[in-house]
Amino acid sequence: MPLLLEAENLEAQYGATKVLHGLGFTVEAGGITAILGANGAGKTTTLRAVCGMVRTSGSVRFEGQRIDGKATEEIVRLGIAHTPEGRGTFMDLTVQENLRLGAYVRSDRGAITRDFERVYQYFPVLGQRQGQQAGTLSGGEQQMLAVARALMSRPRLLLLDEPSLGLAPILTREIFRIVRAINRDEGVSVLLVEQNAAMALELADHAYLLETGRVVMSGPSADLQRDDSIRRSYLGY
Amino acid sequence: MDIFIQQVVSGLATGGIYASLALALVMIYQATEVVNFAQGAMAMFSTYLCWSLLQLGLSYWVAFLATLVIAFVGGLLIERIVLRPVEDAPILTIVIVTLGLVFIFTSVAGWIYSWIQKPFPSPFPKEPIKFGNIVFGAHDLGAIGVTLVVLLLLFLFFRYTTLGLAMRAAAQNPTSSRLCGIRVGWMLAIGWGLAAMVGAVAGMMVAPIVFLDPNMMAGILIYSFASATLGGFTSPGGAVLGGLIVGVIENLVGTYVTFIGTELKLTVALAVILIVLVFKPSGLFGRAAVHRV
Repeated sequence: MPLLLEAENLEAQYGATKVLHGLGFTVEAGGITAILGANGAGKTTTLRAVCGMVRTSGSVRFEGQRIDGKATEEIVRLGIAHTPEGRGTFMDLTVQENLRLGAYVRSDRGAITRDFERVYQYFPVLGQRQGQQAGTLSGGEQQMLAVARALMSRPRLLLLDEPSLGLAPILTREIFRIVRAINRDEGVSVLLVEQNAAMALELADHAYLLETGRVVMSGPSADLQRDDSIRRSYLGY
Repeated sequence: MDIFIQQVVSGLATGGIYASLALALVMIYQATEVVNFAQGAMAMFSTYLCWSLLQLGLSYWVAFLATLVIAFVGGLLIERIVLRPVEDAPILTIVIVTLGLVFIFTSVAGWIYSWIQKPFPSPFPKEPIKFGNIVFGAHDLGAIGVTLVVLLLLFLFFRYTTLGLAMRAAAQNPTSSRLCGIRVGWMLAIGWGLAAMVGAVAGMMVAPIVFLDPNMMAGILIYSFASATLGGFTSPGGAVLGGLIVGVIENLVGTYVTFIGTELKLTVALAVILIVLVFKPSGLFGRAAVHRV
């Protein structure tokens, strides 16, 4: 399969602290790739590096085109949607306004109206709360809103930062089910960052394991699931 | 009773002017958490430009609209050229920059137009308007009308247009806005442009009352601070209401509390600021600042 996203030799730092040490990974077009690792391994920073939200060196290519060094808003306009750590909800705006902002980069009004319907089909609860202030939603609903907002931009690549964080397992499973449906039905490729390795490996077809800003293992999810050291350290059985 | 109603209406007219300027302050404060001390000086300078256009022989409303366009572009350029470079600097640095702008605009206005007061025309008739025994100044009523139209247009813009929505989003959550593809820097610049425009309206409406001079907005800016503090620096609607309340209080206190008269009126504004800051620092409609630590 052709590669949608390729990162090579990625380094990133916050002030004087280096967080990524020459990271490399790829996302196949149409695939779901997971980046796993413990707290502080550099997972979130990896996503932020792709979106130009942190100072980086190395190269990032999207559909063969260099995107490193571009401004975040320009990268988003190329077709990458990012549901950030903390969900990035516009708390004082309504659910519907949050979704309108997701479609901000588009100008095809008719299609946007249809996409509202489509998104409400995936997340019926958001449809019921269209006019409600987003800050009053529960954590799980805000996570759904974050994914929905990302979908409204009609991305080709969806970056998901720890969708399971702070959610009950049953809600996480629900969100993962929807992500799989979006990937299958809409052809949106996904790069997922997760601490919950068991669930992420269920969903993804490829996975990378990060430790202190380096890739220590990678391969098809099935291989990683069978690996003894991963099982002991990350899957817990 | 008649005098009371007359004074309330006259208070609403000046209050509307405070409200406009307070709204301009709040718009920039919400987006950047910076109080733009130059808001008054920018409004004063716009009013001088309008005066120049009138001297060229333009009719009032043409000059009025042209001034709004100039003010918008000017505000936008000030943000891009002067404030952009200090965007990430500490708040104090930015405050000093806006204070610098006050002195620049005031001195340049004095240099070009001299420090002598100039009369500024009102577009409304000179004859007072009578309802029974109650007499209203036509300019007062006109200023209230113009202010209401401006506020209504701004409300519609922020509530119903995509650009307005994007500007609100950029003010609330810049990181998330960038992830939606919003060019946050430009939203800020447009915010400065709109604020300068609203300020220019306030300047052109107040100049017929206080006369045109380079320091004309200094006192009015203090009333606007009082208005924004009273209504809440985090609430545009509150700032507008605060402006109207301050305008009316100022007028009634000046009329009925004889020892205050016109000389001590400004003290009323400062008293309002102090009282609000002591008893309800976030203002009537503002949200208390909560920071996660």
